Amino acid sequence: MFSFLWRRVLAGLATLLVSTFVMFLLASASMDPFADLAQSTAPNKAELISQRIQLLDLNTPVVIRYFKWLGNFAHGDLGTAWVTGQPVSTVLHGAIISTIQLVTAATFLAIIFGVAVGIVSALRQYSSFDYLIIFVSFLLYSLPAFWVAVLLKQWGAIGFNDFLADPVLSWVAITVIGLLAGVLWSLAIGGDRRQRLITFAIAFAATFSVFAFLQLTDWWTHPSINPPLLALLGTATALAITTLSSGLKNRRALAASLTTVVIGLVLYLPMQVFFRQVQESWLMMLGLALVTVAVGIGVGYAWRGPDPGVSARTAAMTAVLVASMLFVNQVMRVWPAYYNAPAINGRPVPTIGNSTPNLGGNFWVHTLDSFMHLLLPTLALVLIGFAAYTRYSRSSMLEVMSQDYIRTARSKGLPERTVIMRHGFRNSLIPLATVVPIDVITLLGGAIITEKVFARPGMGTLFLFSLIHAEIEPVMAYLVIVAALAIIANIVADLIYAGLDPRIRVNA
Amino acid sequence: MSIIEQLPPEDSTENAIELREVAGLSQGQIVRRRFLRHRGAMIALVILAFVVILAFTSVGIGGWTGWWRFTPNEINPVVNGGKPTLLLPAWLGGDAGLWFHWGLHPFGQDEIGRDVFARVMRGTQTSLIITATVGISATVVGIVVGALAGFNRGRTDDILMRITDLVITMPVIVIGAVLGQLAGGNNPVIFGIFLGLITWTTLARLVRGDFLSLREREFVDAARVAGASNTRIMFKHMLPNAIGVIIVNTTLLMSSAILLETALSYLGVGIRPPATSLGLLISDYQEAFATRPWLFWWPGLMIVIIALSINFIGDGLRDAFDPRQKRIPSERKMAKAMSVDGSASRAINTTVQPPMQGGNTGLGPS
Repeated sequence: MFSFLWRRVLAGLATLLVSTFVMFLLASASMDPFADLAQSTAPNKAELISQRIQLLDLNTPVVIRYFKWLGNFAHGDLGTAWVTGQPVSTVLHGAIISTIQLVTAATFLAIIFGVAVGIVSALRQYSSFDYLIIFVSFLLYSLPAFWVAVLLKQWGAIGFNDFLADPVLSWVAITVIGLLAGVLWSLAIGGDRRQRLITFAIAFAATFSVFAFLQLTDWWTHPSINPPLLALLGTATALAITTLSSGLKNRRALAASLTTVVIGLVLYLPMQVFFRQVQESWLMMLGLALVTVAVGIGVGYAWRGPDPGVSARTAAMTAVLVASMLFVNQVMRVWPAYYNAPAINGRPVPTIGNSTPNLGGNFWVHTLDSFMHLLLPTLALVLIGFAAYTRYSRSSMLEVMSQDYIRTARSKGLPERTVIMRHGFRNSLIPLATVVPIDVITLLGGAIITEKVFARPGMGTLFLFSLIHAEIEPVMAYLVIVAALAIIANIVADLIYAGLDPRIRVNA
Repeated sequence: MSIIEQLPPEDSTENAIELREVAGLSQGQIVRRRFLRHRGAMIALVILAFVVILAFTSVGIGGWTGWWRFTPNEINPVVNGGKPTLLLPAWLGGDAGLWFHWGLHPFGQDEIGRDVFARVMRGTQTSLIITATVGISATVVGIVVGALAGFNRGRTDDILMRITDLVITMPVIVIGAVLGQLAGGNNPVIFGIFLGLITWTTLARLVRGDFLSLREREFVDAARVAGASNTRIMFKHMLPNAIGVIIVNTTLLMSSAILLETALSYLGVGIRPPATSLGLLISDYQEAFATRPWLFWWPGLMIVIIALSINFIGDGLRDAFDPRQKRIPSERKMAKAMSVDGSASRAINTTVQPPMQGGNTGLGPS
């Protein structure tokens, strides 16, 4: 194991070295630091040029400059961006955080939705739903990312802001949304005509009543997850998680996950008081998340039974979701204040940057602000990632479901849920797990476009600005980070593969 | 009476029917036939051909000015605020009577009066040229690298695959940006070749894989015994056997190439004015979205049409080249056939339960 890791890391470092060398040559060949001086009519033009040659050390051959840069880099000196005059490490610090926020959110959402849809599509191969999903993923695959992003920025943001200014949907619109949801669900779940009709009716009624509820209670202007809503959503979550994780017939797992919902409900008010007393931070949120998982596992084991591990897993997953509902509620509660803040000016969906300047307010307001800034860029990235994950998971699930062991599992009388979730889904994750880390790197590349469109001061923006303005140090810093991440991602993919598939050994 | 009809019903599977259908046809004929029958791919092919012809004949290329009445950079008086004069026919919900009404500027004009149709066509032309160049150069590099690595194995393979790994390390768009800064500009062919130099990796890996298995086959030994040189064996005997993989992947590569090129041009590190490409048009016109949305819609629509058609063609080709490919009717048709003929039920795919058993094939419990 360690010798494998050691060899891979060494090989990765070698690749990184060669890669930075090649990229240094390419980048310096592509840059023209005299672009602004070429047009200049200043009388001391020759002097300015020689000054710049001095500044950028251009008389030294490029190979020597690479080794100088490498030496400085090894000592932790990333150099200075000469146009802005700032040290690269300072500029990079804020940029990395901004990009990480964007890419993390987009990756998780794309994986969750993409994999879920892809798997359902595979299970219903050759159905209308399957064809619909294939077509949609083809379409999303063919959409230029920047076009979608500009469209969201110029059209989506304005439309959404206008809607939020006067949040009333016509009843016709609500009915249409309900009908669409009904059709989609009945296509996705399938079955014979009677079952399709029942699914359609339930989905339509649920969607319709949710929208009607939101409309009638004026939820859009005062969004929150109040206790009745929390109870409803929590119970639905508990049922869904239990169905997927252990099946509803496992009464103990169901009871354990419902218990966590009750705990969440009981903690509803105490948590609000708690948050008022303390200084919130992201570190604390992480701590609370860990506590939540622990509580979930504890509840699961407290219900005992023949297989407490399953109950613990189910309860922990439910607990995390219920806790995140509490978190979302806390964020939503500052919405009216946020909406009416002078810095927002009644246009809460921003299209530029990653935070509103001069906003003021507490932790929750800032969280809401950064969420609102993430909304559209994340959506743009998710749309692209979604198509890829749908395709991967669909094809890998199809591959797995045609294996002999699936037939064996069915023939020995296992319930369909166990066959799909335990024998099918888990194995379909193996090829997927190797794709995801590498895909994150692609998403990082995609972030260049999204950041440019939405003017987020992230790493992509930094890279692009420096590339066009002939600053080699920030460009190299970006390239090193991306290349290092890619190499790490490849090693991680190998390790995950070895961890998931017992046939693969890494200590060979 | 043919042999198949004499067999007991157990043996007359779908497969037998399929075999009878392709009996006496060469591999090439089977592939061509399957491809021509793929409805999506054929529609896509027609649309793509239409776009290509439209883009190259309307504004012409080189010294030829084409049949369209305006040129891309000519400044005309702005008519009616530059609104598109294209009207849809009545049967499409428009108000132009029985057929399209084109008018003077069907796609509208930009703020200084240039004809958007002519500009979009010029942009499409550039993007198509780049796409084709990327396809050709990436395929050539990919085939050569993959063939040499797979055929020679050993050290050559190691070195070539390490180089491939090196290229894969960076997201394409990042290297593309650096190369675009280096080679972008006014010449689409040079830009395309440079982009081809970073997008060959997938193809090289696939070709290598194919060659590794092909070189163990008897026909390679036969060719060698007959005195063929290595080059001849590689490119005359083995390459035709890998052609399916190559064609399919070149197609898919081209659909990602057009997205890559337009993205780079949009970012300002690809094609630069006075030349134009679809990405550059979108970049130029995005600020005008609120006042002149048509400036933004048309170039984007062209990109989507081209990328989507190429993707569909690639899908059709993949189905055509895949020997396991079977034409499978929809779930409903299968269910109907099964309820009519009970004997067919054993031929169904195990992933799909026949609906009449009341099976819930979704994620729900059952």
